[in-house]
Amino acid sequence: MSAELIPYITEERPDTGLTNGKIGIWCFLASEVMLFGAFFASYIVLRTSAVEWPHGSSILNVPLATTNTVVLITSSVTMVMAWASLMRGDMSKYRMFLGITVGLGFCFLGIKYVEYSAKFEHDLLPSKNNFLAIYFIMTGLHGLHVIGGMITNAYFLFAANSYLPHDRQLLINRVENSGLFWHFVDLVWIFLFPILYLL
Amino acid sequence: MSDSHAGHAGHDPAEIDKHVRTYVMVFASLLVLTVLTVAVSYLHLEIHAAVTVALIIASIKASLVALFFMHLISERQIILLIMALTAAFAVVLLLLPAITNHDHIITSNMPAATTSTVTSSESAAHH
Repeated sequence: MSAELIPYITEERPDTGLTNGKIGIWCFLASEVMLFGAFFASYIVLRTSAVEWPHGSSILNVPLATTNTVVLITSSVTMVMAWASLMRGDMSKYRMFLGITVGLGFCFLGIKYVEYSAKFEHDLLPSKNNFLAIYFIMTGLHGLHVIGGMITNAYFLFAANSYLPHDRQLLINRVENSGLFWHFVDLVWIFLFPILYLL
Repeated sequence: MSDSHAGHAGHDPAEIDKHVRTYVMVFASLLVLTVLTVAVSYLHLEIHAAVTVALIIASIKASLVALFFMHLISERQIILLIMALTAAFAVVLLLLPAITNHDHIITSNMPAATTSTVTSSESAAHH
């Protein structure tokens, strides 16, 4: 039924050569680039105009953040592996890889929780200084994106059966789009990690 | 371009195997670059050099993710156009602080102006 409401979600639209979902997710990601771009620009303003700026590693936990970087990169690989398994029609591997992807999302949030708790315990709150303010804003916004990605991935993990066997191509397309969002979340972290923790 | 278009490769097993091999290689590269970026931070380079190196490594990592995991390397032209436009706007957005800072440098040399602003606002609060 949904195919009638939104056309070209299974088949490619002849003029663009793409499904509407694919165009949609990329336009959304374009808006996300600008959303995070505004915060990166704010970071540059705050940092370059500050008289003093702490080195990230003097306040933040670099080993934990490095672990989280590896966790997110690994989850990006398991995401594409889930998609590849789905295209092969190997549903058990699809479930395994997508399950690991969601699990790694929990792992990321767990480590982030440990980091945040340690900051709160030492009274290092966003109100303390500009460094902590931008740290909590950027990692917090990123964390919300991680949660969003996990929700859609969890949906495609548990609702996969409802797409089969007739809407298999639709499931493949949607998992790819969900993956695009997940990779974007990984991509943002790739920049957040050095600017907040290592510089 | 359309022949190698990732999302519509026709589910050819050999094609998928090729994708998977690429994913594993990209994964390994990303791990190496992560170790590298952390290792460089322990060298305690001078700040400009440190920022340059960190941003170069981050950009390489981001490009690997965008090109191979997000399939931009074999994506249709319209998507590339959308993202090129976005990148151009994002660059302008990131350059805005440079203009702001230029302004800041000028005004910071005029402490009298700042003081008078504070005084006037304080006196305003008094009334």
